[in-house]
Amino acid sequence: MVITKTRSPIRSNVGLKAVMAVTGILLVLFLIVHMLGNLKIFTGETSFDHYAHWLRDLGTPLLPTTWYLWIQRTILTVAVLAHIGAATVLAMRARAARPVAYAHRRKIHVNYAARTMRWGGVIILLFVIYHILDLTTGHLNPQGDPANPYGNVVADFAPERWYVTLFYTLAIVTLGFHLRHGAASAFRSLGQQTPKGERRARAAALVFAVVLCAGYLVVPFAVLTGLVA
Amino acid sequence: MNLTLRIWRQTGPEDKGRMVTYPVPDVSPDMSFLEMLDVLNERLILDGEEPVAFDHDCREGICGACSLMINGEAHGPQRGTTACQLHMRQFSDGDTIDIEPWRARAFPVIKDLVVNRNAFDKIIAAGGYVTAPTGSAPEAHSTPVPKDDADAAFSSAACIGCGACVAACPNGSGMLFTAAKVTQLSLLPQGQPERYTRVIGMVDAHDEAGFGGCTNIGECTSACPKGIPLNTIGRLNRDYLKATTKRAGTPGS
Repeated sequence: MVITKTRSPIRSNVGLKAVMAVTGILLVLFLIVHMLGNLKIFTGETSFDHYAHWLRDLGTPLLPTTWYLWIQRTILTVAVLAHIGAATVLAMRARAARPVAYAHRRKIHVNYAARTMRWGGVIILLFVIYHILDLTTGHLNPQGDPANPYGNVVADFAPERWYVTLFYTLAIVTLGFHLRHGAASAFRSLGQQTPKGERRARAAALVFAVVLCAGYLVVPFAVLTGLVA
Repeated sequence: MNLTLRIWRQTGPEDKGRMVTYPVPDVSPDMSFLEMLDVLNERLILDGEEPVAFDHDCREGICGACSLMINGEAHGPQRGTTACQLHMRQFSDGDTIDIEPWRARAFPVIKDLVVNRNAFDKIIAAGGYVTAPTGSAPEAHSTPVPKDDADAAFSSAACIGCGACVAACPNGSGMLFTAAKVTQLSLLPQGQPERYTRVIGMVDAHDEAGFGGCTNIGECTSACPKGIPLNTIGRLNRDYLKATTKRAGTPGS
């Protein structure tokens, strides 16, 4: 007879990966909606600003103004913290699992994306903090006018502030690599169990990562080239 | 062939250990890797030195005893081959070959290239079996098994428990071994009664032994001499997550 531990299964290596998968999927859903919202910038200033203000009114009259937004922010923050927490515990366990390193180690042949998940995640976190201070609170934005989000974006990616665009591009490409491995890995962690499904998940994750990257990068480059002004 | 070997020497569990260089002249390309080590050991014994300790048993790739990290690859450069079945023709004259033991907290070094793989036995003891009926052996055809399930269970059952998956994994994870041992039973009707307590017990024993977690990258599968597929771990994950929804001591849950 197996004596199963009373320890919560969520703390096992399999349970923590399931936490990472579920929170990762939540964050990816947000990324899709956020990208679609960004693309509204091509429909003109009035339409984009109207959309940005509508986000504050979303949920009314059932909820008071901005309540929906705060509920979503809370869920996303919890998801980010759980994702990072589980990743940290797993990374520490992985490090402890091999106390003596190999003297000769063949370079592992899995793709670049899978090897950079941990440090890529750190870069993405730093970018998200900067991004919120830049375009949500406006502290690091040259204009920072909450009434005029379109103007904030245009001022942010102006050609003379090329370093902002560069950092933004690097962060989005890092995000793309993170998703290329992460989006497929999430399904495996949740029990995807066939080789055919694995090939499909990997292909879909690659296409999804490229499309998402393109969707996010098109905005700053449109500002940079003067397409959006 | 003349080779230079750099071998991990460690007199015991408490010793710090170091890489020691040994020139090995006149190696035949038809020798197996272990025969080449035998030649080195015979010379060391004649010279009054301590021979290199390494695990080996069947020398035909089915027992899982050999456990050499050769040039940073578990079981050496040839895919789907244990170190004992690796031949020296895979190397060229003048090569320097680094030989190390499996490296994992759960596999402490006993001596030189020999590690203690007792952690795997603990994982098996935590659920890697079925309740055998007493009495005479049942008629084999009385429990039909769908062909696909039988094939998948068989490919899991090919695991020889050598530990190459752990040695190759950047996270020091034993998930491929655990998954193979869980799914070879969970896919078959005989393994159903303990299906969900087994997976919880074995994953618990895996974690407790100090192995890391899986990051779904597949280094284990490419090192596995028996080619256990990576999707086996997906089967383990599915069974584990399903097991967490069942309440112990609640019949029918």
